[in-house]
Amino acid sequence: MSGAQGSSRGAQRLGEVVDRNRTITFTFNGKKYKGLEGDTIISALTANGVKIVSRSWKYHRRRGVMSGNYHDPNCHFQVNDEPNVRGAHRRLEEGMVVSTQNVSPSLKFDIGAVNQKLSRFLTAGFYYKTFIKPERLWPTYEKVLQRFAGGGKVAATGHHVPADKRYAHPDVLVAGGGPSGMSAALSAADAGSNVLLVEEEYELGGFLRWGTADELAVAQSLREKVAAHPKITTLTNAVVAGRYDQNWVSVIERGLPVVMESLIKVRTATLVAAPGLIERPYVFEGNDLPGVMLSTAVLRLVNLYAVKPGERAVVFTGNDSGIAAAEALRGIGVDVVQVVDARHGGGLVRATSSRGVLSGVELSDGSKVLCDLLVVAAGWTAPTTLLNLSGNHPVFDEAGARFVPGPDLDDTVFATGGLVGDGTIDEILAHGAAVGRQASERATNGSVTTVAPAFSPDPHLPLFFGTTKGIVDFSEDVSSKDLLTAAHEGYNSVELLKRYTTATMGPAQGKLETINTVAVLASANGESIEETGTTVWRPPYVPITLGALAGRSYEPVRYSPMQAWHESHGGINIVAGQWMRPEHYGDAAKEVSTVRSGVGIIDVTPLGKFELKGTDVTKLLNLVYVNKWSKLEVGAVRYGVMCGEDGVIFDDGVTGHLSEDRYFMSTTSSGAAGVYAHLESWLQTGFPEWDVTITNVTSAYASINIAGPQSRELLSKLVSDVDLSNEAFPYMNLRTGTIAGVPGCHMWRIGFTGELSFEIHVPAGFGAYVWETLMEHGADFGITPFGLEAQRIMRLEKGHFIVGQDTDGVTQGFSAGIDWLIKLDKDDFIGKPELQWQHDSGAGFRLVGIHPNDPKQVPTEASQIVIDGIIQGRITSSRFSPTLNRSICLGLVVPALAVAGTVVPIRLPNGTIIQGTVMEHHASYDHEGAKLRG
Amino acid sequence: MILIPCPNCGPRNSSEFTYEGENKERPNAATVTKAQWRNYLYLKNNPLGWTTETWYHSSGCKKFLVAERHTMTNEIRSTKALGQQGGAS
Ligand SMILES: [Zn+2]
Repeated sequence: MSGAQGSSRGAQRLGEVVDRNRTITFTFNGKKYKGLEGDTIISALTANGVKIVSRSWKYHRRRGVMSGNYHDPNCHFQVNDEPNVRGAHRRLEEGMVVSTQNVSPSLKFDIGAVNQKLSRFLTAGFYYKTFIKPERLWPTYEKVLQRFAGGGKVAATGHHVPADKRYAHPDVLVAGGGPSGMSAALSAADAGSNVLLVEEEYELGGFLRWGTADELAVAQSLREKVAAHPKITTLTNAVVAGRYDQNWVSVIERGLPVVMESLIKVRTATLVAAPGLIERPYVFEGNDLPGVMLSTAVLRLVNLYAVKPGERAVVFTGNDSGIAAAEALRGIGVDVVQVVDARHGGGLVRATSSRGVLSGVELSDGSKVLCDLLVVAAGWTAPTTLLNLSGNHPVFDEAGARFVPGPDLDDTVFATGGLVGDGTIDEILAHGAAVGRQASERATNGSVTTVAPAFSPDPHLPLFFGTTKGIVDFSEDVSSKDLLTAAHEGYNSVELLKRYTTATMGPAQGKLETINTVAVLASANGESIEETGTTVWRPPYVPITLGALAGRSYEPVRYSPMQAWHESHGGINIVAGQWMRPEHYGDAAKEVSTVRSGVGIIDVTPLGKFELKGTDVTKLLNLVYVNKWSKLEVGAVRYGVMCGEDGVIFDDGVTGHLSEDRYFMSTTSSGAAGVYAHLESWLQTGFPEWDVTITNVTSAYASINIAGPQSRELLSKLVSDVDLSNEAFPYMNLRTGTIAGVPGCHMWRIGFTGELSFEIHVPAGFGAYVWETLMEHGADFGITPFGLEAQRIMRLEKGHFIVGQDTDGVTQGFSAGIDWLIKLDKDDFIGKPELQWQHDSGAGFRLVGIHPNDPKQVPTEASQIVIDGIIQGRITSSRFSPTLNRSICLGLVVPALAVAGTVVPIRLPNGTIIQGTVMEHHASYDHEGAKLRG
Repeated sequence: MILIPCPNCGPRNSSEFTYEGENKERPNAATVTKAQWRNYLYLKNNPLGWTTETWYHSSGCKKFLVAERHTMTNEIRSTKALGQQGGAS
């Protein structure tokens, strides 16, 4: 039965897609096999007589080919380092290493098959019932379950290439390249629309591909017309995975070089759903034995690949597809011993097995027939996913025994082909053409005048399940017995039943099993299928790889003009917001001591910078800041804090008055975009009559802070047109002048570090030049560049808070120790009511300086202050201060603890508790600010 | 993903916009009660049907616009730009 290579390949078939002159070698579970170019993994394995191709997920039952298409739940393989490859779809390639997933240690002897013996304990809701308590064992349960559950192995290396996404904007998107889809595409394109035609298989043609000589000829003619049409773009081996609002459609392209799949985001004016029909399995005892196949699986294997799926076949059918399969089998030399036609009263009771594979069938007339192939043709499922996703509610067509589109179809979505009805080839093509024209009309001028011919399903017997119990969901190993048990336990609505039993929740996502699930439940409830209703089909239509969804990251990274200098001078990068900037140049503590004793420069280009111009700028400043701005003189700068309407601090910064109607605002680096939107929001929606124009100049200027007692001496070497003396240019003032020959530079006497300092904003193109000139002239002073870490240490020594670090999403203004800044006597400003109430109630944490009693202990940031089991505060910033030679912190504590001298217990992440003392000031260094003003 | 017709840029994907929420009148800060203010901050009408809301074309023209949108169908029946700066209307 197995081993004899190529033994099941029959004589040439008319529509075969394999190239008999090109042999491909591959391995399956370590054994070498040969296939032909054009084979799928499954057709090649079948040609080699391999019948058992996998084990089922829960009970580890032996499984063979069932539906023989992409959706076949039994044909998932590990191929090389790629898991979950659909073996009935993926084409064979030279040297492929194919293995079965979900077996341990081997396909023949699988330990998990013990589950089969235990199956009466592994019934519906088994996982929910068993793996619940005790909670501490959850990690163990997870490991056990993972070993038994299916799925391949993701390789730790390889395939880590971003799958780029792309966009498409057709007029008409046709989902499905069978006869109806091709016909729709052609007529829409003839009417002038740009058409995107998407086909799941490697070739257009749909069911015609495994059909008669006439059908093959029609397919070929349509394919040629499509290929020649300049207005049609065709994607094969691609699938429409989802449809969202206003025809935003996701298309997954497969089989690309390098990446497995990639995503196309399509905005289409109209969508034509032409997915055809999916053959439905039939529920009976033994229906998952290797050797039991759907008629379309047999037609594909025989007519596309010239492969004999068995030697002795019985056909159970309720339609002409079973008859066609019987004919194809006879044509390739398979002995068809009996055709059991349900339309003439034939019935199937059970399939029986020997050594794990099909050995015979028992029929309803009591007869038993030996066979190694049972072909089942029980009917069709209409894959209505795209209709569901368009808000449509498909209705059950009782006579046709399948769902059809409901009347509430979105007027930009159309359906044709098997989804709508059955007919001769001519009727199918006529319906497709009419619908294609409608889609084109709707896409171009909005109104549809074409009338589509009547088209509806042919009558079909309601063949869902027989007299014995069998598997309903092959992906999830759910049997009709499980469903009946669950219904008995009260899970008798379809959505509940689905979640409880996991039926329809596996990789096939309901395409094969939904209708049978509903039918079994309907019978348990004594209802009709219409009454029971169906589960909602959700995207994606087929499982897609996470890589395709993730794509390439488009997070921009920003660099200051001085970044190259930093990197070539030992700067160690850190990502801060969108910016890449130096954290330090080797030794942050040394940078601190150099700044405190001499001079240093830091690149602060990422600060948000806005130029505000107009006669009403002070009105805007008074509105958005908590403090007052009306009396800010030209040449002066002021610190301000912005709160939201909820009183919560959201940014701070310094704004300077450049000239009568011009101001220069700086914001935090990460807050710049938010502040810009906030200002624009109030200007556009609240006060459009105000004369204010905001220009974002963040990247227009390179910004450098020159800090340290010798900063004035250094800067005066490069500036001649501005008097830098303390009398002429005092603290909290700004001047505009020339630095190192570069005119138009703003100089501000402000600093985050607590030292005498000048923040300069120079036109960005001269940033690197001015930086290097400063370094050059600073050499005599022992200048150091310093990074973010040194600045953070110094600002903490100085007790300045950082918004978002020392405040959070509920920290209102009075919690940050800026009581002196908040001017409740202003008429109105953003957040005033909440701040007034906080002021009156005294509620909320308070920011305080905290010194750990052990000066060597630096509590981790976010260490909690817990008293009597209640969180009473936390450390928001902590560092070892090289200046004070001790640890220092800022923390938020409840008001009762915010009293100088209070000792608070700080709980470290490892549970240890250390003591800290609340200080009188936030600043541990020069709290009077004498150095700044010097 | 819905399309939002920006009065400046034409129909654009909603991912280019920031949703600012239902339009609500800011109460008078001098006379407002806590209940009224917090209703303004946190309580949305969230109707099933037509609603008037503000969107910010943050990845586009950076203009704020008011849209009338049906919350069930996502149909947008009108959009208008908010006041221009510099006193023009
Ligand atoms: Zn815009």
